[in-house]
Amino acid sequence: MNFPIAIYNRERPNRFLAAVSPILAVILTLALGGAIFAMVGKEPLYSLYVFCVEPLLTLRGWGELGVKMTPLILCALGLVVCYRANIWNIGAEGQLIIGALCGGYVALQASPDQSGLFMIWVILASIVGGALYASITAWLRDKCNANEILVSLMLVYVAELLLSWAVQSPLRDPQGLGFPQSPMFETAATLPIMIPGTRMHWGGGLVVISLFLIWLIMSKMFIGFQVRVAGLAPKASSYAGFSNRAMIYFALLLSGALAGLAGVIEVCGPIGQLTPKISPGYGFAAIIVAFVARLKPVGTVPAAFVMALFYLGGELAQSRLGTPAALTGVFQGLLLFCIMVCDSMIFCRFRWVGFGNWKKEAA
Amino acid sequence: MSVAASLIATTMNASTPLLLAALGILVAERSGVLNLGVEGIMLMAAIVAYIGAVESGSFAVGFLAAILIGIAFALFFAIFAVGLRANQQASGLGVAIFGAGLSAYIGIPYQGAVLPERGPDGIMFLDKIPFIGEAFFSQHWIVYLSLLMIPAVWFFLYKTRAGLVVRAVGESPFSANALGYDVPLIRCCALAFSGACIGLSGAYLSLIYTPLWVEGMVAGRGWIALALVTFGTWRPFRVFLGAYLFGGMTMLQMNLQSMGISIPTQFISMAPYLATIIVLALISRNPRWIRLNMPASLGKPFIPH
Repeated sequence: MNFPIAIYNRERPNRFLAAVSPILAVILTLALGGAIFAMVGKEPLYSLYVFCVEPLLTLRGWGELGVKMTPLILCALGLVVCYRANIWNIGAEGQLIIGALCGGYVALQASPDQSGLFMIWVILASIVGGALYASITAWLRDKCNANEILVSLMLVYVAELLLSWAVQSPLRDPQGLGFPQSPMFETAATLPIMIPGTRMHWGGGLVVISLFLIWLIMSKMFIGFQVRVAGLAPKASSYAGFSNRAMIYFALLLSGALAGLAGVIEVCGPIGQLTPKISPGYGFAAIIVAFVARLKPVGTVPAAFVMALFYLGGELAQSRLGTPAALTGVFQGLLLFCIMVCDSMIFCRFRWVGFGNWKKEAA
Repeated sequence: MSVAASLIATTMNASTPLLLAALGILVAERSGVLNLGVEGIMLMAAIVAYIGAVESGSFAVGFLAAILIGIAFALFFAIFAVGLRANQQASGLGVAIFGAGLSAYIGIPYQGAVLPERGPDGIMFLDKIPFIGEAFFSQHWIVYLSLLMIPAVWFFLYKTRAGLVVRAVGESPFSANALGYDVPLIRCCALAFSGACIGLSGAYLSLIYTPLWVEGMVAGRGWIALALVTFGTWRPFRVFLGAYLFGGMTMLQMNLQSMGISIPTQFISMAPYLATIIVLALISRNPRWIRLNMPASLGKPFIPH
């Protein structure tokens, strides 16, 4: 018996599929999601409506979407640069936490009558913190050739524990009734609301600036060109005299800085204090965002839209349909698989050859 | 039970899940496939084993279910990494994220569920020997299975024809293909074996080690097992040493906590993760050492011309 589907390489990538594959992947995910709803005994179409449409019916819902998209886009932008350079940073979650911790520490130093410019220091601290944390991975990869996947991931657990210790001992609110959390930040150290009536804050403005900068770096600047060459053709890159070491530091530090920024936006925006759990896995979800965006900076916006919608849909489905919030993770994982199936069709052709082929071979 | 004996026993207990998973990963990596989804597969196996044991009242059913789900998830990964020739890193991360989400989803009704009574552990008669019995022979049979698997995997890889083929596929899939070996099929078989081992390891965690289901309870052990294979430079006995070194550290960590040393618990909990980073950095310092031992096609999709 042979495998019934034969795979052939295409002579050239299919342009049409390349353009529509992310859309195809989202449709496929929703179809599979509907099947999951049907399996757990919920009306599939209504469930999908609750999951994907209802969060967007109110202005408040759009605000929540923006709040969730902000950290996703920021982390994903950094990951796009890393993955383009063939550096597999999967520790954005840890860099986000350290950014939040450093920014949060500075934010707690604010006095009640501080001017609004104080926020600049908070943001700077988070960027430096995230970048420094990522530099551990970069340094070990450069000096010791240590696998960046494992190092960056181990550092996520370390960061989580550091945060847990910080909010339990040195930064704990003395009036917090023993809860492991810091005092609420002063107004000067929080991000003002951008759209009244929602929770959408001025972190959105920082996203637009970052998006523009990363787009500029990746498509208009020499360093972006170097990153792309290093990822696509490492030999050509070193032949051209591009420094591989510089690439490792550049990509990882940039990625860490952006993740750190995402962290401080979370604690100074919607949360307003340091708590043991500041991110529902934004750093990991951003990996999926980067892939769904096809490693293009601008693509992170629609990709983050879909992923943020899954967060909101999961919360809403929990209250409306009684499904657990963990459903979000299932949908997000499915989306990554669907995009990989759809992307493989760009380069490969599949043909059903049936099970009976072995007879022909034998003859 | 004397202190020394209990230290040895706890070390064996903590090392077993790492050893089982790492041996599975070792075989898959020897065939040239890098499966980063280990953490997700272990979580799925842990919850499926738990559900199986709670619902059926039998531990054997739990272990069997975990092995099957491990194989199923490994083959699911194979569809992408081997079948569709997708990027192995991305496919593996996908399995890790998906497994974490799905295990949390199906595990919610089982938080705090009660496992059936388990018979006494240990090897009959041998565990009655003073000290030695307590230290070495008082464990669940999976522990001894994992120890037996070390020479078994070594024998398979180095002394059998099939093992030679697996290694050949990992070193040079194009040569193996030219010799008439079915590279995708062999890689799928290696992945299926690794899935079974990873499944057993996840089941050990939720049924014997903890024994409890908590969301995300694998706590990075899948990733540490991946690192252990690199520490062990893809050799079964070195992987064993690595796994027991880490298990021993977990044991020390627990003892430090119970001795009431005034280090915040968070810093003690960091130890295995920091140790992984440090050992990884030390081992990888010599690139030639790694390159000599690493399967040459590791992580590269096989695309026949």
